[in-house]
Amino acid sequence: MAVSEAEEIVIEVKGLRNCFGEAVIHDGLDLDVRRGEILGVVGGSGTGKSVMMRSIIGLQTPDEGEVRVFGETMLDRDESELQGIRKRWGILFQGAALFSTLTVAENVQVPLREFYPRLSEKLLDEIAAYKIVMVGLSPDAGPKFPAELSGGMKKRAGIARALALDPDLLFLDEPTAGLDPIGAAAFDQLIVDLRERLGLTVFLITHDLDTLYTICDRVAVLADRKVIAVGTIPELLALDHEWIQEYFRGPRGRAAEEASEEAEARIAGANGGTER
Amino acid sequence: MSSVARFTDSVEDGRRVLRFQGDLTLPRLGVLPNRLDRLKGNDFLIDLSGIGRMDTIGAWIVHRTARDRGGEIVGAGEGAADLLRQVEKADQPVKVRPDPPAPFERVLTQLGEATVESGRTFVGLLGFFGAMLIAIANVFRHPRRFRINAVVQRFEVVGVHAFGIIGLMSFLVGIVIAQQGAVQLRQFGAEVFTINLIGRSSIKELGVLMTAIMVAGRSGSSFAAQLGSMKLAEEVDAMRTIGVSPMEALVLPRVFATVLMMPLLGFYAAIVAIVGGAVFCWISLEIPPVTFVQRMREVVPLTDLWQLLIKAPVFGLIIALAGCFQGMQVKSDAEEVGLRTTTAVVQAIFLVIVLDAFFAVFFTEIGWL
Repeated sequence: MAVSEAEEIVIEVKGLRNCFGEAVIHDGLDLDVRRGEILGVVGGSGTGKSVMMRSIIGLQTPDEGEVRVFGETMLDRDESELQGIRKRWGILFQGAALFSTLTVAENVQVPLREFYPRLSEKLLDEIAAYKIVMVGLSPDAGPKFPAELSGGMKKRAGIARALALDPDLLFLDEPTAGLDPIGAAAFDQLIVDLRERLGLTVFLITHDLDTLYTICDRVAVLADRKVIAVGTIPELLALDHEWIQEYFRGPRGRAAEEASEEAEARIAGANGGTER
Repeated sequence: MSSVARFTDSVEDGRRVLRFQGDLTLPRLGVLPNRLDRLKGNDFLIDLSGIGRMDTIGAWIVHRTARDRGGEIVGAGEGAADLLRQVEKADQPVKVRPDPPAPFERVLTQLGEATVESGRTFVGLLGFFGAMLIAIANVFRHPRRFRINAVVQRFEVVGVHAFGIIGLMSFLVGIVIAQQGAVQLRQFGAEVFTINLIGRSSIKELGVLMTAIMVAGRSGSSFAAQLGSMKLAEEVDAMRTIGVSPMEALVLPRVFATVLMMPLLGFYAAIVAIVGGAVFCWISLEIPPVTFVQRMREVVPLTDLWQLLIKAPVFGLIIALAGCFQGMQVKSDAEEVGLRTTTAVVQAIFLVIVLDAFFAVFFTEIGWL
């Protein structure tokens, strides 16, 4: 999906400052997210990853700083002006945040109904149906209520809702947390597929090292109340920062690194074998 | 450049050709789906060579036109063809809502479900009451397990915080009784009996009944909502696994506090209602307070007070039990918390009024007129 040239930087955060009472969460935080990339955000617990996301999407008004999404400022805007931006993004919250009184399919229809009231009932049903299958839910999940779903199914239903409008930008807050490794790998694949297909930009908060290694183009590290580094994982590894080294060089980090190297070697081998 | 999605319909070489143009994306679709729906005929040649961007919804619309009308898609670029393949793969029958059962069947089902549910509630409530008695017995055996702090905290929430609203309500009820009574009794020239009316009805019935309704609304509902949310957050399960009995830690303090607070609140409500009536009598009927009090002492027997003090704790028990029981029944989601809270209040008020009728007959039988 092509976006006009002026929007190469999809999310621009400058000098963000967030406090809760005495506690300063962010101070002078800067971050740029480029169009078409999958940006992973990592950081220790309590470093304000979710708060940063909430500041970007306008659920939390920062004390200071500037937030621009698609080149438009998010702060001090009218609700009606923000609607135009909200049409272009999809958000998956940590707990999926499905509306509990609606079925999965009706959940997917909510943004469509809200922003495009002219769509016919039949088309809405069809769109909900193919979105549900597309995110890997079984067709019989459509008429189920969120309370009847498992954690992984809820996440998938949540992403189906986030993708309802075919957004340009997708926010994911710990999408693979609480999923089994197979489900998590499938989820990673899903996000990559969607990016390939729709040219999505993905802002991804995660603790899952496998996700970071396999799908993220760049990783932003949150520590000391700001983004201390942004780059590819090899670039981050070259930095001499204790937390980063510990994070990626720890036993879990090494295992994920080896797994991703093996996978790459396999793909390279497979490509070499076929005539392309 | 982005432009609105549109299509042209023409006949070329004896075949209907739909030529799509513009961006087949959701924001640009406009009335295109509706126009396509109104289109008659089938076996189209669908030409996508003129389109700009396309998203999955655009792809879906092309796909379903081709599927339903027996069309053939040509001129799709690589990206568009990929999207079309993806939506085709995702084209499976998916139901949006659960099937509604047939009307007659539904009535029967609902009737059956309601019957089973009320039976289950009755048995459940009985079981809950039994579990609470066991918990009380346990606490008596191990008095150190009694959570005095929790009880005192509930005293404040259930009792002290309710003083304002219950006082105001009772005062107004007292005035209304006096005013309405006076209007009726004036017709017989028996205005002075207004005092009998105020005194006896406030102490015997209204004080405790209105208090019970208010406490059910304030505290019964909050018990149900609190325990319900705690169940949803698995707090209750966590308690059990640590070895803390939710019955002792959550239910008993609430029940104790309500049972102890109800007589106090009921008595207070009755007194305030009498004060309200007295104020009305003084201002409107010109009965001075001294006369009012003197007459009150003559006409209100002590048994009225006993009735209040016997009924109040029972009502308190019912309110707290219904609230805690419904709260502990929550299993699935936030909506259920709301439903259970409503049920707790309705159940509590209903049971209180049924028992009040029972008490009225009982006390009359034993001669407490």
